[in-house]
Amino acid sequence: MATCLCDAFYDDAARASVEVLEYLGCEVIFPGGQTCCGQPAFNGGDWKSSRRVVRHCAKVFAGDLPVIVPSGSCAAMILHGAGLAFENEPDREAIADLAGRTWEVMDFIVNGLGIESWPGAYPKRVAFHRSCHTRGTDSGPSAVQLLESIDGLDLVPFGESEQCCGFGGTFSVSFPNVSEAMGDLKLDHILEVGPEVLAAVDMGCVLHLAGLAQRKNRLIPMMHAAQILKDAVVGDTGVWPERRELASL
Amino acid sequence: MKRQPIDTYVARLDAEVRTAVHDNSAAGTEKRHDVIWADYDDPDRLRRTAGAIKQHTLENLDTYLPEVEKRLQENGTHVHWASDGDTANQAVLDILGKAGLKKLVKAKSMVSEETGLGEFLGENGIECVETDLGEFIVQIDGDHPSHIVKPIIHKNRRQIATSFERAGLGDYNDDPEVITRRARVHMRRQYLEAGAGLTGANFLVAESGRIVVVTNEGNSRFCLAPSRVHIAMVGIEKIIPRERDLSLFLNLLGRSATGQRLTVYTEFISGPRGQGQPDGPEEMHVILLDNRRSEVLASNCREILRCIRCGACLNVCPVYRQASGHAYRSVYPGPVGAVLSPLLSGEFRERADLPKASSLCGACNEVCPVDIPIPDLLLRLRDRAKVEGIPSPGVPPMGAWAVLATQPLVWRSALVAGRMINIVPRSLIPVPAFQAWQGKKDLPTWRGGKFRSWMKQRRERKEKN
Repeated sequence: MATCLCDAFYDDAARASVEVLEYLGCEVIFPGGQTCCGQPAFNGGDWKSSRRVVRHCAKVFAGDLPVIVPSGSCAAMILHGAGLAFENEPDREAIADLAGRTWEVMDFIVNGLGIESWPGAYPKRVAFHRSCHTRGTDSGPSAVQLLESIDGLDLVPFGESEQCCGFGGTFSVSFPNVSEAMGDLKLDHILEVGPEVLAAVDMGCVLHLAGLAQRKNRLIPMMHAAQILKDAVVGDTGVWPERRELASL
Repeated sequence: MKRQPIDTYVARLDAEVRTAVHDNSAAGTEKRHDVIWADYDDPDRLRRTAGAIKQHTLENLDTYLPEVEKRLQENGTHVHWASDGDTANQAVLDILGKAGLKKLVKAKSMVSEETGLGEFLGENGIECVETDLGEFIVQIDGDHPSHIVKPIIHKNRRQIATSFERAGLGDYNDDPEVITRRARVHMRRQYLEAGAGLTGANFLVAESGRIVVVTNEGNSRFCLAPSRVHIAMVGIEKIIPRERDLSLFLNLLGRSATGQRLTVYTEFISGPRGQGQPDGPEEMHVILLDNRRSEVLASNCREILRCIRCGACLNVCPVYRQASGHAYRSVYPGPVGAVLSPLLSGEFRERADLPKASSLCGACNEVCPVDIPIPDLLLRLRDRAKVEGIPSPGVPPMGAWAVLATQPLVWRSALVAGRMINIVPRSLIPVPAFQAWQGKKDLPTWRGGKFRSWMKQRRERKEKN
């Protein structure tokens, strides 16, 4: 598994992703040499710096194991962005190899492991922000499929849901006013439908939205979709039941 | 501290303008979505097909352009080649001069905005009247379009009523019906007086040499019907190979631009008035404009030339919705403009900030009728700006970060050391990006290293068992 944002701020999201995968019978390895996927410099326009980091990432994750990322934008960086940055580089094959094994976690659960629905119960109204970097991939639909299948979970639609929350990595600090306006609008739409939880598939969106919500006292719990999968099964006990065979789910 | 120009513009933007732009854009996105998904099972396939046709045409322009010239000439049309905007404007002036005309009525045309035709003709003693209602309002206000399809997206009817009053078109009245009736009366006089009509072209068909112009107001027909001379100013990227391709492109254009199945008027113009035809211009001229398009074609952003100017990417763009078109300081605003304007303006350095004004959310690509990978192109231009050493205010420098992120031991120590930000007063942290964040929102508690130690304990526990 690869993550750095969760490594710095959201260990709960990373732990939930690991536990969910283990529950499904996977063994999760977290290579200690990992740093970042290279996305900040790539989006910031410094492709030279980005390539250095992408090369490091490819080295750390060399081999033939699938690489799972609990973040839509890191997945997009490895799956698509790195390919762009390495178009004219001699080692583009190694980068393409990593891309060929990399999955966003929700996509992996549904399309990699073949899990079609999720057990347990989560009797709450949940708003789901699809996290824009998953556009054109199966991550968003996979997360929706899993969340919708949870007993008691009420997925509430909200206005302009296809719109970006305003994070965009370096965008949020180089365009603070636009970013804030976009985030406020997103919060307006979400809070309007009164969900109890906001779920996303990228903690970058959460970092931004939760930061705005806290500053403006518009609080609502926000978390990674994997945390909801975990809570649905574990509930208040905090203990995972016996590991299930995939087929029995 | 220096800031990104668009961000500064947004901070100062009038709330009324912002609301108008946001609400009109959002409504446009919704209409497009409803009609395209109601009518087609798989619109994405249509978008990809249209994109492939345009890409094919662009990559074979060297054969399509001579073909177009030949067909146009066979149809009795004069063909003019313009390498830049000045040459195109001069060609218009020369045509009018030869015909002895002093007045031109003009349908909506983005290339003529690009070349600054109206201003140029005014300086040379030619009256140039915009006949698209939105463009007309822009003209009487001395303003600039804020959207490529809806030029006055930033205005409400009260402001328009004031503009009409100021231009001597009657007393203040903000009833839309009254405004359009007054515009119609005024415009019809202009059509009859002018003698020459200028249009753009939405498509130019290589196979037939026909140009296709779509409008909703019918003004382009009025520009042509009573005129002796028709001039069409056309970017060289407007070519499509075959007549049958029009079915795909026209179906996508109307739906993408305004959520219409078909625009109200679709004109197919095959040449000047033929023998036995009762009316229409006696002379037809097509000006084929390059204006750095061949440079774009040679660059790694050539896909942007597929654009059919529907404006769907503007409507869906969250940055455009907050910023309005004027924020982009260019003829072409929004996501498409952020790619096109730095390249076409010849002022890459001055416009290198435009590709930064995007969260790269990808909504633009998702709605594009010719499937242009706009976020990829924005990224390529960001890379180009960095390689050319163009400064980018507010964008955090990444060199030191890359050093950190390629040395795992240092990275791990930094992860733990990052907890400092939980302790020291945040206003004292001398990192601009951190302060930009902190100025708007809170940062959660730094928990660097926690996940790693949890993983480690878990592994050790497992190994013990």
